[in-house]
Amino acid sequence: MPKKVIMTKEDIKRTLARIAHEIVEHNEQLQDLLLVGVHTRGVPLARRLAANIEGFTGAKIAVGTLDISLYRDDLSSLELKPLVKLTDIPANIDGKSIVLVDDVLYTGRSTRAALDALVDLGRPRLIQLAVLIDRGHRELPIRADYVGKNIPSSRHEDIKVNLKETDGMDEVTITTAAKEEQ
Amino acid sequence: MRATQTKPTVSETIWQHHHVLDLDDFTREEIELVFQTTKAMKEILSRPIKQVPALRGKTLITLFYEPSTRTRLSFELAAKYLSADMVNLNTQISSVAKGESLVDTLGTLQALGADIVIMRHPSSGAPSIATRFIGASIVNAGDGWHAHPTQALLDLYTIHEHKQSLKGLKAVIIGDIMHSRVARSNIWGLTTMGIGVTLCSPPTLLPIGLGDQRLPPVRTEPDIERALDGADIVMTLRLQRERQRSGLLPSIREYINLYQLNKSRLAKAKPDALVLHPGPVNEGIEISPAVAHGAQSVINEQVTNGVAVRMALLYLITGSQKQ
Repeated sequence: MPKKVIMTKEDIKRTLARIAHEIVEHNEQLQDLLLVGVHTRGVPLARRLAANIEGFTGAKIAVGTLDISLYRDDLSSLELKPLVKLTDIPANIDGKSIVLVDDVLYTGRSTRAALDALVDLGRPRLIQLAVLIDRGHRELPIRADYVGKNIPSSRHEDIKVNLKETDGMDEVTITTAAKEEQ
Repeated sequence: MRATQTKPTVSETIWQHHHVLDLDDFTREEIELVFQTTKAMKEILSRPIKQVPALRGKTLITLFYEPSTRTRLSFELAAKYLSADMVNLNTQISSVAKGESLVDTLGTLQALGADIVIMRHPSSGAPSIATRFIGASIVNAGDGWHAHPTQALLDLYTIHEHKQSLKGLKAVIIGDIMHSRVARSNIWGLTTMGIGVTLCSPPTLLPIGLGDQRLPPVRTEPDIERALDGADIVMTLRLQRERQRSGLLPSIREYINLYQLNKSRLAKAKPDALVLHPGPVNEGIEISPAVAHGAQSVINEQVTNGVAVRMALLYLITGSQKQ
């Protein structure tokens, strides 16, 4: 199984700096901005983006965490059951501009679940999506507003985002699976 | 912003329980998975709109052959908060009253497409027998004197919320142990979590041959003050008044004199000891009103946690079902 590094620690750092600038550019009212990280790896990404924005503008950005296990449409068919983690959204999201942060955008089903989870909590003014990797193969009409890197991939490939907070190091790798599915 | 854990504190244990009959086959890791899932469910209970779609399209039936308020209500609310379809079979006005057998009733529920049956029955072991006649998951909501696993899990979760670590704590269970399914399930749950258990009861209300009952080892201490000495957790059980009629107790007054949990007796336990009671409470009999409503009582928290624990179990069980 050949494994290739497609983003190094430096690449991830530069990309998150660029996305932070883009978020500032598109959102004038930074006090209404809320970054929401989708468990697991969206959470540290959201925190890093918030720290970057604070570094550039001095504005303190609120960060929340979102667990989407209870909104999945495939609970019965999953081999490894998702561990339900804590959703922790500060205060009221009505009228807020939310940037949903996730590591990889693939079929779009997790994003669909995250959108459902968010609208159950209130009525934000708008929701945008930021992802580190967009690997294509969408099954739903969903696109990201901020993309770190587009990786045209095959379904047989496995893209793994490693982050220091969750995996001990910053690195994105792509692995070709040995056996084909379907 | 509080630093929520980025690493799961519990390994992603694969949940194996298609049914929940008792806690005797639960590992410490599985109970911790229930804790972690319950914590997430409690967050949902704090929302203005308390509903998530996790169990949409699942059919849950409560089948209660004994009266119940909080257990049945909290299961119904748990199911509704998870968007399941929930119906209640009232055994008083159904064919059960015409003499339909348990097996036939289960066959009907199966044919109606039940995914989970929540069952309470006066006979010990009835839910276990039920699993042989139905494909749906069975959740035991209390069977005879045998087990009440969801009550024990909500008790454990309530303790877990108050104590840093459960291992090495000392629990005392006071009251009618013999007839108590709550006590039996708690003995399993508490010992699995590394909590030492002392049973305090009039000798006539202690199970005969405690050592041969396949229960984990526990200490017995008939003197309440000695039993409470240094305790971290105090569980009182409801005294069923019919026990006096059966001759097991000389009088309720004597029971109160010797076994009521009151302020002076509770003072023997640790200052931060928790007081639990599975409800319904006979105030002034097994527990004094001052203790039941006192600062150390977590009786109301137990009720709230009961909904969250049952949501967690329903979710975990549904995850174990094959499509």
